[in-house]
Amino acid sequence: MEKMARVTTALGGNTLTGRTMYCHLDAPANAISVCRDAAQVVVAGRNIFKIYAIEEEQFVEKLNLRVGRKPSLNFSCADVVWHQMDENLLATAATNGVVVTWNLGKPSRNKQDQLFTEHKRTVNKVCFHPTEAYMLLSGSQDGYMKCFDLRKKDSVSTFSGQSESVRDVQFSIRDYFTFAATFENGNVQLWDIRRPDRYERMFTAHNGPVFCCDWHPEDRGWLATGGRDKMVKVWDMNTNRAKEIYCVQSIASVARVKWRPECKHHLATCSMMVDHNIYVWDVRRPYIPSAMFEEHRDVTTGIVWRHLHDPYFLLSGSKDSTLYQHIFKDASQPIERANPEGLCYGLFGDLAFAAKESLVTADSNRKPYPGDRRHPIFFKRKLDPTEQFESVSSSALSVFETEPDSSSMGWFVDTARQYALAGRSLAELCDHNAKVAKELSRNQVAQTWTMLRIIYCSPGTMPSANLNHSIGKGSASLPLMNSFNLKDMASGMGSEARLDWSKGENRSENILLDSSTTLITNDENEETEGSDVPADYLLGDVEGDEDELYLMDHENAHTEEPEYVLPQEAFPLRHEIVDNPSGPDHLQDKADSPHVSGNEAETVSLTPVESFSLISISHTLYESRLPPDFFSALVRDMLRFYAEQGDVQMAVSVLIVLGERIRKEIDEQTQEHWYTSYIDLLQRFRLWNISNQVIKLSTCRAITCLNQASTTLHVNCSNCKRPMSNKGWICDRCRQCASTCAVCHHVVKGLFVWCQGCSHGGHLQHILKWLESSTHCPAGCGHLCEYT
Amino acid sequence: MNRSSSSTPATSAADYLLCTNCRKVLRKEKRIRVSQPSTRGPSAFIPEKEVVQANTVDERTNLLVEEYSTSGRLDNITQVMSLHAQYLESFLRSQFYMLRMDGPLPLPYRHYIAIMAAARHQCSYLINMHVDEFLKTGGIAEWLNGLEYVPQRLKNLNEINKLLAHRPWLITKDHIQKLVKTGENNWSLPELVHAVVLLAHYHALASFVFGSGINPERDPDTSNGFRLISVNNFCVCDLANDNNIENASLSSNFGIVDSLSELEALMERMKRLQEEREDEEASQEEMTTRFEKEKKESLFVVSRAFDDDIVSTSDVSRYIEDPGFGYKDFARRGEEHLPTFRAQDYTWENHGFSLVNRLYSDIGHLLDEKFRMVYNLTYNTMATHEDVDTTMLRRALFNYVHCMFGIRYDDYDYGEVNQLLERSLKVYIKTVTCYPERTTKRMYDSYWRQFKHSEKVHVNLLLMEARMQAELLYALRAITRHLT
Repeated sequence: MEKMARVTTALGGNTLTGRTMYCHLDAPANAISVCRDAAQVVVAGRNIFKIYAIEEEQFVEKLNLRVGRKPSLNFSCADVVWHQMDENLLATAATNGVVVTWNLGKPSRNKQDQLFTEHKRTVNKVCFHPTEAYMLLSGSQDGYMKCFDLRKKDSVSTFSGQSESVRDVQFSIRDYFTFAATFENGNVQLWDIRRPDRYERMFTAHNGPVFCCDWHPEDRGWLATGGRDKMVKVWDMNTNRAKEIYCVQSIASVARVKWRPECKHHLATCSMMVDHNIYVWDVRRPYIPSAMFEEHRDVTTGIVWRHLHDPYFLLSGSKDSTLYQHIFKDASQPIERANPEGLCYGLFGDLAFAAKESLVTADSNRKPYPGDRRHPIFFKRKLDPTEQFESVSSSALSVFETEPDSSSMGWFVDTARQYALAGRSLAELCDHNAKVAKELSRNQVAQTWTMLRIIYCSPGTMPSANLNHSIGKGSASLPLMNSFNLKDMASGMGSEARLDWSKGENRSENILLDSSTTLITNDENEETEGSDVPADYLLGDVEGDEDELYLMDHENAHTEEPEYVLPQEAFPLRHEIVDNPSGPDHLQDKADSPHVSGNEAETVSLTPVESFSLISISHTLYESRLPPDFFSALVRDMLRFYAEQGDVQMAVSVLIVLGERIRKEIDEQTQEHWYTSYIDLLQRFRLWNISNQVIKLSTCRAITCLNQASTTLHVNCSNCKRPMSNKGWICDRCRQCASTCAVCHHVVKGLFVWCQGCSHGGHLQHILKWLESSTHCPAGCGHLCEYT
Repeated sequence: MNRSSSSTPATSAADYLLCTNCRKVLRKEKRIRVSQPSTRGPSAFIPEKEVVQANTVDERTNLLVEEYSTSGRLDNITQVMSLHAQYLESFLRSQFYMLRMDGPLPLPYRHYIAIMAAARHQCSYLINMHVDEFLKTGGIAEWLNGLEYVPQRLKNLNEINKLLAHRPWLITKDHIQKLVKTGENNWSLPELVHAVVLLAHYHALASFVFGSGINPERDPDTSNGFRLISVNNFCVCDLANDNNIENASLSSNFGIVDSLSELEALMERMKRLQEEREDEEASQEEMTTRFEKEKKESLFVVSRAFDDDIVSTSDVSRYIEDPGFGYKDFARRGEEHLPTFRAQDYTWENHGFSLVNRLYSDIGHLLDEKFRMVYNLTYNTMATHEDVDTTMLRRALFNYVHCMFGIRYDDYDYGEVNQLLERSLKVYIKTVTCYPERTTKRMYDSYWRQFKHSEKVHVNLLLMEARMQAELLYALRAITRHLT
């Protein structure tokens, strides 16, 4: 208790002093209330009803109102309130539906004064009129509010909320006749005490029960409400429609809310479940409580400020059977522990950074960062003189822009748009994507695609069915892709990349080159064989040369360094010679005789310049012995590399294109991570179609099910404008078919297309047909509809 | 009557296995009196035409069409519930959510938990249904051999399943602790809440199935090996208890005059209670006594037709342990001496909802809607009378169920229960909520003879939801205590 401070406040003659202290109650408390003089507090619960005097050092039990040997249920209190005008007057709401008043001035031991047994269900709340001595209001589970005049035996008036249970009632502090009532169904009603027939105003404040409300002590229009939906909302009631002006998101359902005296924007809350702390919020900073009291070990059930004009003393009762006095000085301030800096990346590489102003200004003064193109923009928060945490609340936001040329993410968008991910053969996909990358002058990526094609599209692995066809098309575009320069490529790759690729191998450079060359040359073979031409056919053709050129074989492929010289210029492929027979019959022929593919074989022999032919032919052999699996480790590292470089697009695209060939190599989580990052990026660029395509093509379960979430489409009836719950085409309320086709006048149950100008529409096919022959709306409204 | 005359007793008896109880009955009566499960249609208690008849309401048809298109079938429960289309919608929505939507538990687990829950009440109907679903969602077929074959984690759920089904007031935070903190086999809180919701749902649904005499599904397409076996094991007495034409027609003939006056009397009592309210001032002691009395009285409201021996077929008992554990009257708890659960101290609206929703998001809203729906559902009719405020009756039913589970409402006068619920109804309520497997058609027929079947289904819905809420309240309170 060493941190407990002693506080003394002067309140116009009255002086409040005290420290953080507590006392044990015999039973859990349900509610507490203070006497006007701030020296006594009443605690009420199912098994407790006592008055404690608040002294300097401790609470002292002053009076036990629970008398009798076997106390009745009338003593089982759901709520208690002490009259703010009369020190002797108390009222309780009993769980059995009785409203009881107590007169402390009574000489007898039993102080019970009046008993109102009008409510049929539990009474949730009682409230005295702030200025009127005899007026008491109650709100009950049975949906009624009753106003009692304590001089009479029965209620003066009954207000029916016409809905479920009343959770809280509060007299307005300034408007003499007004009170607010909150309901289980989320509504708040405003009533005029003189008009019991109908509420003045009603609005829906929360989703689910509104447990509590509190009028602002100074500002007459403000009402704070707290609900089961974990929100605290502040409503401005001065306007015609209640306007939500502040909203604080708490972490648990809000059981009580109390404005802090003398602090316009502060309020205290406690929660109904799970969370035991009391928070004091500044409604203007809804994300972090400005103060927190953490003393209770079970849910706090009642909070009350000790004095109407003193903001530093808070009393609270709890289910853990304790009564606490909290001193503001002892409150923990989460803000001190919070990280006051925020950092966020923009879509185009911009960086926003928010921090304490002092930190930022000091920093920028010291170091102007000469080379950096940054344009810090400062937004300075206006300081409120009444603000308590001034030092923290002034913060600055700086935005760092990236260099104009590098900031362009155009390549990303273009690539995303143009990449082909499925629907064609692997070879074609790779070629296509390589071309796309090439056109965007991303050479490295283009190379990668080409290499992938070479690795995976070796004869054995090609699917046979659509091959002829694909080759026919593919060959036309091939030359372009193959016309790269090996040297360029090698340098294009960052050195890092190379290292990464050939991890564990000594001659990284050479092997890299080696593999690339073989890959490239293989490209042509690919074209040559076309398809499921048996490998031995090729072998037979080139066997003679193989040994001379390649002394290595499968096992020592890593270590053996090939002796040939690498060509430095692009392959001049003469594709005009290519003469592909049309698909189907070609396939048939091929099955019979190996000669049929001669067309393509010729292409090869004709195409390359002398010096290449050897390589290309010999390579056929080399390749045919090396299964694509051999490279999978390499490809995996390559994908990792791209992902780490930030080009998750490449990683995912390759993943999709290669599909099963590489999937097993990379663990599910990494894949999922890549997918989600890529999809996120796509969506931020509003490339919805592409992101959907990616989701659809992904093999991760977690990703594919993204497409199955929130597939509901909500439709409103075109007649009565109400939501249609059951079917999309017939309205339950007005019993009319909402969407009829303007052409055929039948109900549209599937795709409905409508004009945004005149809102007429119908079956997609019908409208299309109609607009072919006419430009006017089929409904005859005279609008010139357009279909694009 | 929608029933053909019964075939020769000899063949029908051979077709079905008999449970011990029936054998006993047979032996006693010295003559074979087994009828076929003769009612077609969804329920053995309710004539088929009753269910089909109301089918003209298009809202309801829509709902059924929708359900059919989402789940690919229309089970008998749905058909019977469709008498109350409004309710059915929220029922299906919450059931769909807890079985098929995102949730902490894997899909096969959910169905297995449903099986475990239904097995506590030997409800073959639900078990069969979920055995299918369990296999469809990729459950390991071996688990269906019984509890010894399932992972320890699921086995641990047994204790809470048992308590929840029969004596929920015994659940303490220790039980929760045991599940949550057991090293490798522990349950996370969200998983546990999901499991508890499923258990409570299926215990209650078992009450509905027995209470409404739901017939087994007959669709041959969906039957696999398991189903066939279990259908064959299903004793006739479960299918259609005591379905005797002569008996039924006799009693209904006799009953008409009787029940008419019964109905009048009930309405009269309701009216009187409503008027009395204002001037009658029962003392608090009086109120307490009334609650105790109601609680005690429920002791004697036991169907005496059954002895205490356990009726349990082997295909069901393999999913449970300690089959002898059953409902024990709260009032008789004797040595345990547990305090009455004060409804106001832990309500669904304030506490239960928040906890459930925190740990298993959105289910709170769905359950909330369902509870609210069933509590407020009314057509303002009673049998032949229209424009009746049935609030009192509904509240009496709801609170009576809670009373049997030891939950007391401070603001309720339990004298009302006594006035509004006749003895035969109390017997029925007690049986359906506490030992649903013992419900017979005779019990179903014996109360409220003048009322429509749809109204009796309404009663069943109330009982089911009240029971579910009671179980949830106890379980959630224990979890809350564990948390604090």
